[in-house]
Amino acid sequence: MLKRVLAIITILIIGYWLAEGLANVPFGQDKMLVGQYYLNHVKEQTGAVNAVTAVVVNYRGFDTLGEVTVLFIASTGVAALLWRRKRERTAKTPGSVVLTTGSKLLFPFIVLFGMYIFIHGHLTPGGGFPGGATIATAFLLMYLAFIVYEIPHKGFETTEGLAGMSYVLVGLIGLAIGGYFLFDWIWQTWHWGTSNLGRLFSGGFIPVIYTIIGIKVGTELSGIIDNMLKEEVKE
Amino acid sequence: MISSYYFGAIALVLIGLYAVLVKKNLLKILIGLSIMETGVNLLLISIGYVSGRSAPILSEGIGPNQAVDPIPQALVLTAIVIGVATTAMALSVAIILYEKYGTLNIEEIRRLRG
Repeated sequence: MLKRVLAIITILIIGYWLAEGLANVPFGQDKMLVGQYYLNHVKEQTGAVNAVTAVVVNYRGFDTLGEVTVLFIASTGVAALLWRRKRERTAKTPGSVVLTTGSKLLFPFIVLFGMYIFIHGHLTPGGGFPGGATIATAFLLMYLAFIVYEIPHKGFETTEGLAGMSYVLVGLIGLAIGGYFLFDWIWQTWHWGTSNLGRLFSGGFIPVIYTIIGIKVGTELSGIIDNMLKEEVKE
Repeated sequence: MISSYYFGAIALVLIGLYAVLVKKNLLKILIGLSIMETGVNLLLISIGYVSGRSAPILSEGIGPNQAVDPIPQALVLTAIVIGVATTAMALSVAIILYEKYGTLNIEEIRRLRG
């Protein structure tokens, strides 16, 4: 009881302190400095219509590379922590017929929608990470509906590694052509897609990189799901 | 007077902090951490808001002067993914702790170890 009261008093003090600091930050007013530059120049500099994905992939591409690295390390870490010699699905109750049939029916649609999200990252809201998470949701659905379902491990892990490597490779091609890492060579050097701005075949290397990221995130999250759903089998 | 978005974000952070400080179940602490992270993301997004403007997707009818700040949104995109990664790691640690000690109560785990 005393502990709770003390905790509540402490967090109220912290809350007052945070509110005091935020009281000088006006809500809903234009505070953009760099953001206005991005908004003004995003179309001619990157070819993307969606300013957020242009910032994520183009202007601040290093952040995304680090983010992909963090996710990769997390997936490897989960696999390393939950590694056992003999791990199998131990779920006993099969799902009802409606559940299994419905999941089978929904699976291709969810994967298709996930691919739509990451391919159209430069035009619509979304991008590689939401698209990859959607694809992982499709695999989670299959895992929950069927008691024996398992992703093909060899293929998934190879795809994940290849996707990560091709992201770095795209950046290195930019280093060779334009002089710095993650240079947008498709847009800046080839001028490919300058005439159809706002259509699918524009946006420089944003669709390429987001396809790579989408595949990588999808396989990674599916691998995390797979590792967490398996249990040790008692001999 | 503080804006309701800032107030909500601070409240979420504080609720998460309360769970981390007071709760004894490890899973509840992890839930508290996730709530805290949501609060931080909400705060970042609401700082970038400009009233009356729409999402920073410059399609027909939305020029560079009718969009909100894109930088906090890009930042939050990164923060969400990192939050998911850390939550996945923490959950697997919780699975291992339960397999090893048979409990998720942090005080009992401390006692069993010593």
